[in-house]
Amino acid sequence: MNRFAELLDRLVLTPSRNGKLKLLTDYFRSVEDPDRGYALAAITGDLSIAAVKPAMLRALVTERMDPVLFGYSYDYVGDLAETVSLVWPADPATRANHVPTLGEVVAKLQAASRSDARQVLARLLDSAGISARFAIIKLVTGGLRIGVSARLAKQAVADLGPVDVSEIEELWHGLTPPYSELFAWLEGKTGKPERAAKALFRPVMLAHPAEDKDFEKLDPADYAAEWKWDGIRVQAASEGGVRRLYSRTGEDVAGAFPDLTGAIDFEAVLDGELLVGSPSATGTFSDLQQRLNRKSVSPKIQAQYPAFMRCYDLLQIGGEDLRALPFRERRARPEDFIKTLDPARFDLSPLVAFTGWAKLEAGRSNPPHPIIEGVMLKRWDSPYVAGRPKGPWFKWKRDPHTVDAVLMYAQRGHGKRSSFYSDYTFGVWSGPEGAEELVPVGKAYFGFTDEELKQIDKYVRDNTIERFGPVRSVRADRTAGLVLEVAFEGLNRSTRHKSGVAMRFPRISRLRWDKPTAEADRIETLQALLD
Amino acid sequence: MTYPERMRPSDLLCSRPQGLYCPPGDFFIDPVSPVDRALITHGHSDHARSGHRSVLATRETLDIMALRYGEDFAGTTQAARLGETITLNGVSISFHPAGHVLGSAQIAVRYNGLTIVASGDYKRQADPTCAAFEVVPCDVFITEATFALPVFRHPPAEDEIAKLLRSVEQFPERSHLVGAYALGKAQRVMRLLRDAGYDRPIYIHGAMAKISDYYQSQGIDLGQLEPATVETGTKADFAGAVVIGPPSTFADRWARRFPDPVSSFASGWMRIRQRAKQGGVELPLIISDHGDWDELAETIKETGAREIWVTHGREEALVRWCELEGLTAKPLHLIGYEDEGQ
Repeated sequence: MNRFAELLDRLVLTPSRNGKLKLLTDYFRSVEDPDRGYALAAITGDLSIAAVKPAMLRALVTERMDPVLFGYSYDYVGDLAETVSLVWPADPATRANHVPTLGEVVAKLQAASRSDARQVLARLLDSAGISARFAIIKLVTGGLRIGVSARLAKQAVADLGPVDVSEIEELWHGLTPPYSELFAWLEGKTGKPERAAKALFRPVMLAHPAEDKDFEKLDPADYAAEWKWDGIRVQAASEGGVRRLYSRTGEDVAGAFPDLTGAIDFEAVLDGELLVGSPSATGTFSDLQQRLNRKSVSPKIQAQYPAFMRCYDLLQIGGEDLRALPFRERRARPEDFIKTLDPARFDLSPLVAFTGWAKLEAGRSNPPHPIIEGVMLKRWDSPYVAGRPKGPWFKWKRDPHTVDAVLMYAQRGHGKRSSFYSDYTFGVWSGPEGAEELVPVGKAYFGFTDEELKQIDKYVRDNTIERFGPVRSVRADRTAGLVLEVAFEGLNRSTRHKSGVAMRFPRISRLRWDKPTAEADRIETLQALLD
Repeated sequence: MTYPERMRPSDLLCSRPQGLYCPPGDFFIDPVSPVDRALITHGHSDHARSGHRSVLATRETLDIMALRYGEDFAGTTQAARLGETITLNGVSISFHPAGHVLGSAQIAVRYNGLTIVASGDYKRQADPTCAAFEVVPCDVFITEATFALPVFRHPPAEDEIAKLLRSVEQFPERSHLVGAYALGKAQRVMRLLRDAGYDRPIYIHGAMAKISDYYQSQGIDLGQLEPATVETGTKADFAGAVVIGPPSTFADRWARRFPDPVSSFASGWMRIRQRAKQGGVELPLIISDHGDWDELAETIKETGAREIWVTHGREEALVRWCELEGLTAKPLHLIGYEDEGQ
């Protein structure tokens, strides 16, 4: 338990992806079964333990200490799990002579009935130290919140092999905690686990961005083109009555899209894009947002923003795996197959006919629908392979939007950048002439070179007007300030931001040392981009 | 109350704007502004200020003040030997180790059969760089309260150092920057690293060189210390190195000379995750020179004092605890003292 607790403590404070991967991989390498498997399940969200309510936790602790002192403590720390882990009085009479392992903790919690959960938890807390208590409380209150995605945890497991993470993703839904056979395979002790379960995830094929120089070498006759839809890449898999809707990293998102999942009534695996609206009236990205990041969706929202799938590819039909076939043959199959499906839920992404790159370029820069973010190029002879191979598939996105904004706040970075002001909040002008003020429209922390970072950092230090912890506000008015050219992929309406807009994928594209702040853009320029 | 009728504790020591004052002895303890006669518990700058006419403190505290402020930091100085009684205007005074930093002392004040002990800052955890805290029985105990909340429970410092060394091993291509208060904490971390078997040079910020040299001159072996300057080599030389500096320097351009640093901070505040997170600390080391909640409670009981005055920190929680224990307690509002490492 202590090693798992220390892992959580380190992960929550380690900002860099590589640092987290290293901590995770070292943990999986050095900790034995079944503890490491339960740790993995806890991080990926696949561990089921009866949840304990915060009120019960609070009651348990105030039975054991003065409620006034507990109140002072909780006020100071601000986090219930952390407060309880710290103030829990060590009782020498009940203290066990050994700290339980993670496996033992999980076993005890899973075996606990609703009525004795309280006592089981109290005894576990008695037997553990501060960090372990925190980890136990996090397990029972649900949600570790350590800044590690399921995908990252799977990557760390893959690094043990090493194998490609897509192999883990493909096996994942056929495995259960504590994943002993997975670790045994990665350590070379046994063969690869069998794909036993039905409707497993097929690792997704991804595209490289196309650059101008690529086109000199590519023959348009070798490639098919189709629109790149800006929805969520999904895979609908159905086999022997098991229906699943996977995200591109293999997480099952069926629960968030019951309307679409209900229509998966076939024996096949389809690759496509989840969009909202209907095939004949495709909704915008703002519409799509109504369906994102929801645990449950009301019937009203489902009716207002129905989800459907625009299919790109057919990976399996009946028992036949089509992935090894060339794209030309795979693409011919769904034409007929999709006609047999619910037309409100499935359609086929059309191919875009073109004779040369220049022709296609015209379509790319001026697509027929706002939710198209460019074109996809797929070699007619390419098989469907996992990952992002260079050559068979390209994505050719439309050029980003840009806006000239003024630097308002700068925040210190982490790790390599901990001594640099590297995260920038920028704003554009709003308000009537003569009384303009800057309204923040976004935040960016990349897009500049190391040399430019040094220059901006110096600028921030020399022009600070106020400090708030790691944040500095920088002089920015009509006569002084730094103009940043910011590139972004799109704009959403936002009720959380004062400006009413939120940028997608903003980055600094140029430093405009030459540009007077008064000539930076106004909010109306951005508002015009909203659909 | 069994005090002599004409002597109340507040007649012997009381709060004045300059600090804790003893009317019959006519002296201050740790005054924050210049006074005629000052008794100083330890060398941290919020307790030991320059400009007093005369200063009474341990030899080490006087030395440390001279290092920080120059030889003429006070009109006259007198060294107090631990355990020895000195009489000032009929008031008996003795200094006793506080276990906080090198030279730190509690000050016991006796007059007309009444004993008050001013703890200054103190801790009970073992510290190889200074003498261990000694319990002085008294009627009134003036305790610090920096970490006086039940959430503050310091783990053994050795375990924290082991955590640091595991990280150094795990990330050999990065340097580990350990923020530590320049007097006391820094040297304790160095000494603990040595005790854990770490024998490579430790790189230090210029601001802690003089004090560290002084510790070495007092027989506290800190091993090989090197200035953390780029002149001595390239950035790659600091890969895998442990660098110790005052915490404020890590946000500074100074820190750029190190490769992909792991930022660490040795402080009791690191017990609280949000504190670590806000400060951008990646590897918190819970090492404190102040007593934690359990140490404070245990010490109060051991002194046998019937009355407790609580100062600088979270007074309300400790006063509440004293009341639950049936002890008379009150917060003593002294101004001008800082939280550790702030």
